[in-house]
Amino acid sequence: MAALDRRIIYHFDWTLFSLALAICGIGVLSAVSATWGGKAHGIDPLVMRQLIWVGVGAALMTAAALIDYRSLGTYAYAFYALAVAMLLAVSVIGHSTGGSRRWINLGILNLEPSEIAKIAVVLVMVRYLREEPPKGGWGLLHMIIPALLLAVPAVLVLKQPDLGTALILVLITGTLIFVGGLDWRMLLVLMLGALLVAPVGWHFLKPYQRGRLVSFLNPQSDPLGSGYHIIQSEIAIGSGGAWGKGFLKGTQARLNFLPEQTTDFIFAVFAEEFGFFGSIVLLGLYSALIARGAWIARHARDRFGTLLAIGFTGIIFWQVAINIGMATGMLPVVGITLPLVSYGGSSLIAMMAAMGVLISINTRRYLF
Amino acid sequence: MARFTSRGKIRSVPKLAPRIAGLMTMIVAVLITAALRLYYLQVIKHHDLAELADRNRIRIQRMPALRGLVFDRHLRPLVDTRPSFDAVIVPEDAPNLDVTIGRLEKLLGQTGFSKKIDDADDEGRPDYEPVTVAERLEWPQVVALEAHQLELPGVSLQVTPRRHYLYDSLAAHLLGYVGEVTVKDLNRLPDYRMGDDIGKFGLERSWEGTLRGDSGGQEIEVDSIGRRLRLLREIPERPGNSVVMTIDLDLQRVAEDAIGERSGALIAIDPNTGYILAMASHPAFDPNIFAGGISSSAWRELTTDPSHPLENRVTQGIYPPGSTFKVVDSIAGLMDRTMTTSTSYYCPGGIWFGNREYRCWRKQGHGNVALHRAIVESCDVFFYDVGQRLGVDRIAAWAHALGFGKKTGIELDNEKTGTIPSTEWKEHRFHERWYPAETLSVAIGQGYVAVTPIQLAELAAEVANGGTLYKPQFVKQIDALDGTVVKTFPPVVESETRIDPQMLEEVRSAMADVVNASDGTGHAARIDGIEVAGKTGTAQVVKEAQGARTKETALPDKYRDHGWFMAFAPVDHPKIAIACIIEHSGHGGSSAGPVVKAVMQKYFELNPPQGAPRPASAPAGAAEPVDPLAD
Repeated sequence: MAALDRRIIYHFDWTLFSLALAICGIGVLSAVSATWGGKAHGIDPLVMRQLIWVGVGAALMTAAALIDYRSLGTYAYAFYALAVAMLLAVSVIGHSTGGSRRWINLGILNLEPSEIAKIAVVLVMVRYLREEPPKGGWGLLHMIIPALLLAVPAVLVLKQPDLGTALILVLITGTLIFVGGLDWRMLLVLMLGALLVAPVGWHFLKPYQRGRLVSFLNPQSDPLGSGYHIIQSEIAIGSGGAWGKGFLKGTQARLNFLPEQTTDFIFAVFAEEFGFFGSIVLLGLYSALIARGAWIARHARDRFGTLLAIGFTGIIFWQVAINIGMATGMLPVVGITLPLVSYGGSSLIAMMAAMGVLISINTRRYLF
Repeated sequence: MARFTSRGKIRSVPKLAPRIAGLMTMIVAVLITAALRLYYLQVIKHHDLAELADRNRIRIQRMPALRGLVFDRHLRPLVDTRPSFDAVIVPEDAPNLDVTIGRLEKLLGQTGFSKKIDDADDEGRPDYEPVTVAERLEWPQVVALEAHQLELPGVSLQVTPRRHYLYDSLAAHLLGYVGEVTVKDLNRLPDYRMGDDIGKFGLERSWEGTLRGDSGGQEIEVDSIGRRLRLLREIPERPGNSVVMTIDLDLQRVAEDAIGERSGALIAIDPNTGYILAMASHPAFDPNIFAGGISSSAWRELTTDPSHPLENRVTQGIYPPGSTFKVVDSIAGLMDRTMTTSTSYYCPGGIWFGNREYRCWRKQGHGNVALHRAIVESCDVFFYDVGQRLGVDRIAAWAHALGFGKKTGIELDNEKTGTIPSTEWKEHRFHERWYPAETLSVAIGQGYVAVTPIQLAELAAEVANGGTLYKPQFVKQIDALDGTVVKTFPPVVESETRIDPQMLEEVRSAMADVVNASDGTGHAARIDGIEVAGKTGTAQVVKEAQGARTKETALPDKYRDHGWFMAFAPVDHPKIAIACIIEHSGHGGSSAGPVVKAVMQKYFELNPPQGAPRPASAPAGAAEPVDPLAD
């Protein structure tokens, strides 16, 4: 990389940077609520760790913004190989929590390779799709390589088992291939194919995953089992009302009626205390972030930059949509975190680095 | 860029911008959907979901009021309420119910908790309503449960006040018992909840409203595993009022001991007020076994017992009054002037009526008898004549006036009326005319005549007090928990029968001789220093031909006659009137007489007649002039 150009600082995307940090701020606030145990208990150490990760993430975001994003194409396959290696490693040496192996203990950080895998899959897909598609768009034969590139990490993640991340990998690959110029006819074929495969896929789901799907369709069928999470989350969100119960006053979270309240169901914690008003503010921040990402994609100087921006913005969108959809009972419960808000170092750092890349793409359009 | 494909359609290289626009359209649609869903949950459905959130965290715990106590007339407790520690489970609060139940069963060394929960669910238990799985825990069990609370989500200790009858079966029929409220009661009584106690029998039932009080409640915040965090709100309960009875614990005990193992009943009344001093019915039961739920086997045993331990013989037992009914004949005959005190008949040991002989209990006969000796020696022939002269309808009229054939009004459920036959009654009952011969049986208290012991005690009281029929009462006053008097119950006069005092005096003096004269049938009830008046009676169990009087002792127990004794004392200013029946005991004078004597003796020991503080040691009639002819 050349010496730091003053234009990089001049054209730094403060909008995106502040949107990302504002959302992180809401995340820290929600972490305080989710772990609050009264004044005597004070701020939970988890919140302090989250704060540190926000700091590290902000630094990483800035660093990523300074790097020329085009060089990422060069290292895409190497990074992908590293991510797959880590996924393989986690299946061997990873430690399990709640019946699934997802983390590698690195001492200061429980590394979650599936978060790295999301970035890696975006990079490798964009690297492949940066070539102009043929007339009529990408056809069936062109999709063999992306399909394989998706299948390897997706299967490894599914085996952890982590249905949520696998789903995100599929969705983000689909998004990139669609924007990258998939043949319309292929799109129809894929959609039909997905419909046909769905019943077969049912057989490959674990019993608890099936239970979640069933209880999503009818939460009252087993209110203390799989349906419990959906019901309690809806109760938390709805009981918040228009203006919320107030900071640290959410009873559903404080009395532990909410499951996974620092991670998958953090939205319910926030929505209970800050109400419809707070929910819309958060949703608005995400919308602005996504809009900014799309704007950057639209104005990027090259096809690589456009697709990269779409990829990272897509991760944010899909995770927000699925996480909130799940918390509000519109979608079945799959373990997907709320980006930049849910507790977790790996996910926070990966997302903030991705945001840094977006800034880099935006800045570079002034440089060449 | 466009070119024609083989099919003639334009195929171009897809552009990024329109694809991004397409993607953004989808994204905007999804985000708007999310916003609408949030609006639905947080604004439209807010009220319902907020209520659910409260239901999640708030447990309403009812605090049943402490049930009022029951005292005897001297404020000695008879019934109180003691804490009982029960283990309860809120199944909704146990994330893994089977594990919780398994641990709890192991900890308490009991089993069958799952079944209790299933049973409660079958009975329509509402969500979050606790199920009592183990009752009356021992102290070590209580401690163990407390210590392992964290491993037992959904389980808690409940302190339940439980009814305790201090003297077990003492006065069981009068005190009654409490039991768990039934589903039928719940529909009728809005203030009751499942698991509440309600008076089922006796005083507990008839004074339910006084004893119960008003339950309070607590709102408690709990977390997701059911741990209690804090008290949000509390409405204190109002304890029930206490009932002070008219019965005397010591007298009651003596009465029950005197009856002993025999089946029978005794009731002692203050003839000047109608207050019940003692009321015993045997066999009895232990009301403690009902508190907190009686087992079905124990219940079956009680209800199928041929000796009917649940029946209060004093108010529900109906028996022929036998010769005690001659007191009614005497009053009726004198007042209707079908005879005088000097009217005499010749008793040859029996009379012929129609084509049948009606015999006197004394085969050799009484010779010429007038009223006094007829009562003292209980001559049947004399009263056959009295009865014939009166006719059944006049006997019935007097019997009704004196309180027979109707309820006395005592505040106990299911009191029996007994039967006083008349021509009208027979017409109504059997659609048959009255045969004059039947009047003879009525005159000596047999045949269709049936009375309860309490009615007979009322008769004794009327003879004692000059004809006033008081409502029998067993509650003297209602006290608040702190001892302040809430309400008192003065005597209630039901009716006053005008009986010529001189005529009544004849009956009284004859009754006094029943006990005190050497040839009286009731000398077994004689007490030194107190002049007791009484009348014996024998209630036939098996209708025998009047002529064929089998020797009592030759009969098997269940066919033997019941022995009656009614009495009052002291004769000149009576303080106590008693009726007693001992079932299948043969002659009343020898079986019921000593029981009455024991109660009388105890009564005068506890309440010495004025001027004679120690009747047992004082010489007879030290203060009161005693008729020298009486003995």
